[in-house]
Amino acid sequence: MFGYYLELALRSLRCNKVLTALMVLAIGLGIGASMTMITVLHVMTADPLPGRSVQLFYPQIDPHDMVGYAKNKAPPDQLTWIDAMNLLHARRAVRQVAMTAGQVVVQPTQGSSRAFFASARYTSADFFTMFEVPFAYGSGWTAADDARQARVVVIARDLADKLYGADHAVGKSLRLGKDVFRVVGVIDPWQPVPRFYDLTQGSYAKVEQVFMPLETAMALKQPTEGNFMCWGDQALNNKDMERASCTWIQFWAQLDTPAQVASYRDYLVHYSQEQKALGRFQRPPNVRLHDLMAWLDVNHVVPSSVQLQTLLALGFMLVCLVNTVALLLVKFLRRGAELGIRRAMGASKRSVFAQLLFEAFLVGLAGGVVGLLLTLSGLWIVRQQPVPYAGYAHLDSVMLGATVVLSLCATLLAALFPAWRACRLQPATVLKIQ
Amino acid sequence: MHPIISALKHHKTAVILMVLEIALTCAIVSNAIFIIGDRLAAMHVQTGVADNELVWARSSGLDQGASAASATSRAQADLAALRTMPGVTSAVMVNSLPLSNMNSWGACVQHRPGHTKDQVCNVIFYAGTQGTVKTLGIKLVQGRDFLPQEYVNYFPFDNMQAPPAVMVTRSLANRLWPGKDPLGQPLFLGDKAGDVTHVVGVVGHLVNPSINKYNGVERNLLLPVTAAAVRGGMYALRTAPGARDATLRDLPKVLDGVDSRRIITERHSYAQTVKDYFHDDRALIWLLLLVIGCLLALSALGVVGLSSFWVQQRTHQIGIRRAIGATRRDIMLYFQTENFLIVSGGIALGSLCAVVLNLFLMKHYELPRLPLSYLPIGALVLWALGQLAVLGPALRAAAVPPVVATRSV
Repeated sequence: MFGYYLELALRSLRCNKVLTALMVLAIGLGIGASMTMITVLHVMTADPLPGRSVQLFYPQIDPHDMVGYAKNKAPPDQLTWIDAMNLLHARRAVRQVAMTAGQVVVQPTQGSSRAFFASARYTSADFFTMFEVPFAYGSGWTAADDARQARVVVIARDLADKLYGADHAVGKSLRLGKDVFRVVGVIDPWQPVPRFYDLTQGSYAKVEQVFMPLETAMALKQPTEGNFMCWGDQALNNKDMERASCTWIQFWAQLDTPAQVASYRDYLVHYSQEQKALGRFQRPPNVRLHDLMAWLDVNHVVPSSVQLQTLLALGFMLVCLVNTVALLLVKFLRRGAELGIRRAMGASKRSVFAQLLFEAFLVGLAGGVVGLLLTLSGLWIVRQQPVPYAGYAHLDSVMLGATVVLSLCATLLAALFPAWRACRLQPATVLKIQ
Repeated sequence: MHPIISALKHHKTAVILMVLEIALTCAIVSNAIFIIGDRLAAMHVQTGVADNELVWARSSGLDQGASAASATSRAQADLAALRTMPGVTSAVMVNSLPLSNMNSWGACVQHRPGHTKDQVCNVIFYAGTQGTVKTLGIKLVQGRDFLPQEYVNYFPFDNMQAPPAVMVTRSLANRLWPGKDPLGQPLFLGDKAGDVTHVVGVVGHLVNPSINKYNGVERNLLLPVTAAAVRGGMYALRTAPGARDATLRDLPKVLDGVDSRRIITERHSYAQTVKDYFHDDRALIWLLLLVIGCLLALSALGVVGLSSFWVQQRTHQIGIRRAIGATRRDIMLYFQTENFLIVSGGIALGSLCAVVLNLFLMKHYELPRLPLSYLPIGALVLWALGQLAVLGPALRAAAVPPVVATRSV
């Protein structure tokens, strides 16, 4: 039966090559356009740390004065230095990390190579274990190193390669600005997408090249690059960031069980009350504790231009589908006579229906292949764009399968109605007209 | 027309599908054309400076401990060296450039010190060293250029004495002193009486470092400052028309000659900067053009497919009509009218969808309202497309000989 349907379908498709090509092209175009955008969206909304993301939480507290106070307004996106240090040293979570962005001047020691800027992350010790950062050599530093402001750094593999050769970077000294540090670890290429841990610098920013203990960086006045939000009356060139009324520290807490989450939330409320009692805070306790994926949601990491383009692609796909329905209807009804004869000679409605759907299946398969090629070229075009997420627009196996499945489903769906109409034709009438 | 409509009633499904396809195409195409028009208008902006003769660069010293004084003296040494480059007519330091998207300073300005009621906020401050107006090619429509003694060390966010003179764009002047002569008007750059400055010139056009809804397009003023005040700024070089690319190429060598302990973080021709600023808009326009092209092609193919089918199905009837006296023109006209009716139905539904789609886009993506004048454009495009697509099948129908009527199969 299968072979027979295949033969019939191929014969029919060959019989009107132009119409067949039009249908394949229409489906291919629709699939190509929508899958390109869906893939981009899929990459941009992916879980950056699968498995671990459910245990990572981003606490927010509200240290502002009463100016501009409104009930239920979200607290600032970052913490002040004092609050970050208090939360860090309280150690109420399984692990916790406080951090900010910086930019360091790397002064190569050998040869005459010139100094250059490298992006840096000033962070406390738990960063590497919490976020499962892969180490090529050595390891991160310890909380004790944080406390005594040890001059240690972890560097990215490409920087280590550039400076010493990655395999013997550990133990070497590295001059950053005017200070000398000891390299304790080299990390393998690592890029969570979106770069969840600090969304203030763009959701798809690159992971930094140098990691340094936060307290060391502040003590040595290494230059920060982060986003500052300040309030109240103060000169803008306030150099004392550790006491200023500014939020600029990102903070993450690892909480493994729902009970831990609940008790951490209580702790944040309790902390806010305590600070209010001390006179530091003025507002009533206003805390948030989002998990990683919710935090991405709150921050709208997907740019609206991408959403708009996805919408456009879906609209385009819809037109392609309507077009396919119309063309299939034409194609099936045109063959009324042939179907009438098959029916008259004993084929059941069901087998005629199956035959027509099989034909549509072949069209969908071909459309899927065309769509796949168009998706690949569409993604290539996206990668050529100077947008921060460009480099991540690749087709993975899931999306590859999805492309073909979507194409088949769409075509079969489009074929249901025309096939049903074609089956309903009365064999006698069709034959008589002819 | 009546027989055509009653004939269409026999093909309800196919007609509905066609109308639906045309309607969706109409809705998307109208909005896409509108967005393209909107973007093109945004891109067609006069920067107010000499786009093709400017080169700019930013350099960052590596000495973190360097004092402000030494940074200033180095900036002056840099400028002196840059001015000696062949083809460079002048060089200045500015905090930002139109459409550079960089280091933009914004604040509120007041008519009277401390009066926040009638202040104008989100005003962009341009600050430039001596010769900025000539170097950038800013055109004054009123007043004079700054005098050498008016350049002072002033950083807007540091409680410093304001410069004695300021230039405003005509658009800011109209906002601050509607109907009055802006020349000589006092303007307060802060809350205190000491923050006063006076307007000495009005600039015809000068676009902000970036165009956005907070700062508008040209809401800015220009302050005369010394190199020490231009924090995080850039060197802007005016070149002779042919010397731009050579200047751009040799610039790092010249700066390194002054002091090599630096990183040149930016180095561009200004024309490229403007081009880069509109990159996203250009990409969007190409994308929309591609989508419009594909949609129109698809709809045309749908029309061709369906019309061909109807022609084939009606061969017999066409033969009969020809046999009883209809001319070829009549037959052609029949199919053309039929197509016109279907496309018109699609356009009617599509115009409605276009407005709904636009309302949705306005709500979620901050697009302006679709002017209704865009709907006839979409309609004309689709009518033309429909007639073009139906031409082939209609000609084939017209070619059916009357003798077909006498054949039974």
